[in-house]
Amino acid sequence: MATISLHKRENALAQSKKQLEILSNGIFKSGELPTFKTKLAETGQFPLKAKTLEILQINLGYMCNQVCEHCHVDAGPDRKEIMTQDTMQQCLEVIKTTDAHTLDLTGGAPEMNPNFKWFVEEAAKAGIKDFIVRSNLTIITANKKYHDLPEFFKKHNIHVVSSMPHWTRGKTDKQRGDGVFDASIKALKMLNDVGYGMPNSTLKLDLVYNPSGAFLPGNQASMEKDFKKALIEDFNIQFHHLFAITNLPISRFLDYLMASDNYEDYMYALVEAYNPLAVQNLMCTNTLSVSWDGFLYDCDFNQMLELPVNSKIKHISEYNAALLENRTIITSQHCFGCTAGAGSSCQGTVA
Amino acid sequence: MQKTYYDPADLRKFGKISEWSEELGDKFFEYYGKVFEEGALTAREKALIALAVAHTEQCPYCIDAYTKDTLQRGVTKEEMMEAIHVGAAIKSGATLVHGVQMMNKVNKLDG
Repeated sequence: MATISLHKRENALAQSKKQLEILSNGIFKSGELPTFKTKLAETGQFPLKAKTLEILQINLGYMCNQVCEHCHVDAGPDRKEIMTQDTMQQCLEVIKTTDAHTLDLTGGAPEMNPNFKWFVEEAAKAGIKDFIVRSNLTIITANKKYHDLPEFFKKHNIHVVSSMPHWTRGKTDKQRGDGVFDASIKALKMLNDVGYGMPNSTLKLDLVYNPSGAFLPGNQASMEKDFKKALIEDFNIQFHHLFAITNLPISRFLDYLMASDNYEDYMYALVEAYNPLAVQNLMCTNTLSVSWDGFLYDCDFNQMLELPVNSKIKHISEYNAALLENRTIITSQHCFGCTAGAGSSCQGTVA
Repeated sequence: MQKTYYDPADLRKFGKISEWSEELGDKFFEYYGKVFEEGALTAREKALIALAVAHTEQCPYCIDAYTKDTLQRGVTKEEMMEAIHVGAAIKSGATLVHGVQMMNKVNKLDG
């Protein structure tokens, strides 16, 4: 697997424009497959509109200690885009006034932002009750300075959501890098030790499964059962829920689909699995995604494709809830990834 | 006219068999769907059986379909290969057990 980002490799697909071209041309331009807009329109759901903001998802930077094969962020140790304390301060001003109940911190590895802890503490003071941190787990064991993260998460009652592509070493390491499985198991044990993921514990620990290749995720409930059985039997590890998430055809996963000649079949699978019922609960309708430099997007995927919100308000410093509500969500063919089957969001299935 | 008997793209068109015989096609797909639902066996177990049978039937469409289906269910490569060996063992066993018939015949004709 690659150990540097597409960005660093100067791969053409590091450019969002190139990715959007692929997603708009070929089988979609020829009419072989319907576009996302066409499918939305079939059930009278176009244009897709934003509802009341519930979740503010902030990307604290693209730096990560891992270089996962399918990362939609193209994150890695070589990415230097990190949210500054000034931009965090602008986010805090919004947090003080917004009705959004959840602050969802993502990256890269959000914990690698040098002001991560400060930001969480200030956001807690500003009234945020529900925190989500999307932790890659291995960061907890990567360096001594991160070993206290489980205690820090516990102190702020942070909901920890972690990627875990499989309960076996081989499949996990193939997708996320050599040694990731063992480090993740160690980190999960550390989280269990402070109470995370234990039955009836209020310290929520959920895992995210995304397929290791060019196929869609299976049934979330069945996968959860299999994960729980394997992790408890093999490692005595407990967690609460498993979120089954579909890989979106962008960035490194798109690069993989193209290089392995799976792109067309994968898009067919996504379009065939289109579920109009999943549209109502898409995360872009109640979430706002803030990039490391403070710009606003409908979701983390649109952020990576550099498709900003369709609003006069473009930056967190100009935030205005009334002007952002009911905005038209920007869509393209990558959105089929969130409407396939039972749907897919940062919280798992939606339909 | 295509130059080969099998085209991977034809798998996507499987549903079209109903167009020339709607009632039978619909009944088949309803039955097919029902068979693979969770039951006394899990859907995962059924998918592994289907993968093994796909190989003994040597149906390339079924092999494509159930390789993907088992992957989607989190089945590992080791489990998939073991399932195929079950199919292969039955196939070879079925061949070899007929050896008894051959032995019986030899014993009768030349015993």
